[in-house]
Amino acid sequence: MRRFMIGLSRNPVGMIGLVLSLVVLIGAIFAPWLASHDPLRQSIVERFQGPSGAHLLGTDNFGRDAFSRILYGTRTSLAVAFGSVGLATLFGATIGLLAAFYGGWTDRILMRIMDVFLAFPIILLAIGILAVLGPGGQNTALAIGIVYTPIFARLARGPALSVLSWDYVAAARALGANGPRILARHVTPNVMAPILVQTTLSLSTAILVEASLSFLGLGTQPPAPSLGLMLSDSRDYMLISPWVSIFSGLAILTASLGFNLFGDGLRDLLDPALRGRA
Amino acid sequence: MTGYIVRRLADLVFVLFGVSVLVFLMIRLIPGDAVDILLGANTDITPERVAALRERLGLDLPIHRQYLDWFAGVLRGDLGVSVWTGRPVTEEIVSRLPVTLEITFLALAFALIVSFPLGILAARARGGLGDVAVRLVSIVGLTLPSFWVGVLMLYAASIWLPAWPTIGYVPFGEDPVGNLSRMVLPVLAVSFPMIAGLTRILRSSLLEVLSLDYIRTARSKGVSQRRVFSKHALRNAMIPVITVIGVQLGYLLSGVVVIEQVFAVPGLGRLAIGAINERNYPLVQGVILVVTAVFVFINLLVDLTYTWIDPRVEVA
Repeated sequence: MRRFMIGLSRNPVGMIGLVLSLVVLIGAIFAPWLASHDPLRQSIVERFQGPSGAHLLGTDNFGRDAFSRILYGTRTSLAVAFGSVGLATLFGATIGLLAAFYGGWTDRILMRIMDVFLAFPIILLAIGILAVLGPGGQNTALAIGIVYTPIFARLARGPALSVLSWDYVAAARALGANGPRILARHVTPNVMAPILVQTTLSLSTAILVEASLSFLGLGTQPPAPSLGLMLSDSRDYMLISPWVSIFSGLAILTASLGFNLFGDGLRDLLDPALRGRA
Repeated sequence: MTGYIVRRLADLVFVLFGVSVLVFLMIRLIPGDAVDILLGANTDITPERVAALRERLGLDLPIHRQYLDWFAGVLRGDLGVSVWTGRPVTEEIVSRLPVTLEITFLALAFALIVSFPLGILAARARGGLGDVAVRLVSIVGLTLPSFWVGVLMLYAASIWLPAWPTIGYVPFGEDPVGNLSRMVLPVLAVSFPMIAGLTRILRSSLLEVLSLDYIRTARSKGVSQRRVFSKHALRNAMIPVITVIGVQLGYLLSGVVVIEQVFAVPGLGRLAIGAINERNYPLVQGVILVVTAVFVFINLLVDLTYTWIDPRVEVA
């Protein structure tokens, strides 16, 4: 862990990513304490205000405090992102490991099914799933989770195949280790690094997909604060007051950028083959 | 080469089959009776109409028969009937498809035109100010939400260029200038992530190729710097770039679906979102099927370009 932090401190891009991700995470987790106002409280006399001491980032068309809504919106956004990527990592890695371990037809069928899911442009598959499940935050997490599963299945399968062909796995087998034990003890640790990197990078894109879906009205439903929805609602009032549009988009960008940079830094750190390359 | 293409086509058939099964199942998986869903919020629902529709849809048949009937229809170009307008889904899609394709291809072309000079500039000025600037922009560009950029552009245009026609769509055939001027902002907004992705991969791929022995050989033979770049390095550096184009096209199509909503462009994305809000499922199903099929075919083309640029692919 200490070596890891030292390595990261030598990687300015990864460092910036870590700091941004932490800021976003803290904002999301501690939203109830950090928020200056109730994110749902309307106040018609205070609507369309610019940034001020009373309202740090201004107010929206209902006079709701933009700063507080962005904190809570980030919370929703991250909950969906973590939920979906968690699901995808769990399902995808399991599918990939099983495919690599059993090989033959199991492998072929599982990976072919994954190919079919990968054939859809991501947002369309997510839209299709949401059409079936109905809109909402939890369903969005499930939809993005399904969309991302094949990425992790492919990612886990490759290294798992190569580990399984190594001599020490053959030795473990000869010593009587059974399938689950080999997968858990020998294969999983060896596929952790690429999966960790992909998980971080996927958080970054999941934040964008979640924002797109709620921008389209298919994600989190009003009046719950959501960054995509805030942007979508506020753009009708751009000419009166552009602040909410500017800040809600900026929040999406910050969250996504943070995890992307951090993932990039992690990759440089964990992948010895890439070390030293720009 | 032929072997590879045949294999690739076999993959394609399987993937399209899988896609069609999933899209077919979509309507069946929606909670509730398919007939109620298809009739939508139609007010004049009578038991006779329900029964007639049930029979017409073949819902009394086993599910694999239903699929085969549906798929036979798809092959004939029959995607069912739109719940609200009663128009054939195929007709609605065909009228919107050119709009979405126009944005997509203009954005792709724009991204290629911009990212090549940027990537080459960054690779040639490695470590220099230009390189750092290009890398910074490409990192941010990858995570820039295109719908936000679109919203900001609309705002900026309404302040500084109030006369500029920014929203809606007119066919190119009717008014070429009006068509293109309405395309500028959506295309710009949606192409940023692609520009970023392509520039980034071209830069790192060029750097890798430039460190190889055959480039040193070419240089030591006295080949000019310019020629080393254009003749020797670029072609090999293109290989990973082409792979990324395939992946990025998926993101691009996703971006277009959303950006159509921002600029009120009547393409397939807007059609699908409208259809979901009206619970017009045959239309949603049709749009997803058609766009995915287009995406799969574009990816096939990308893969075939790949074999043309890199003959080694066959062996792999």
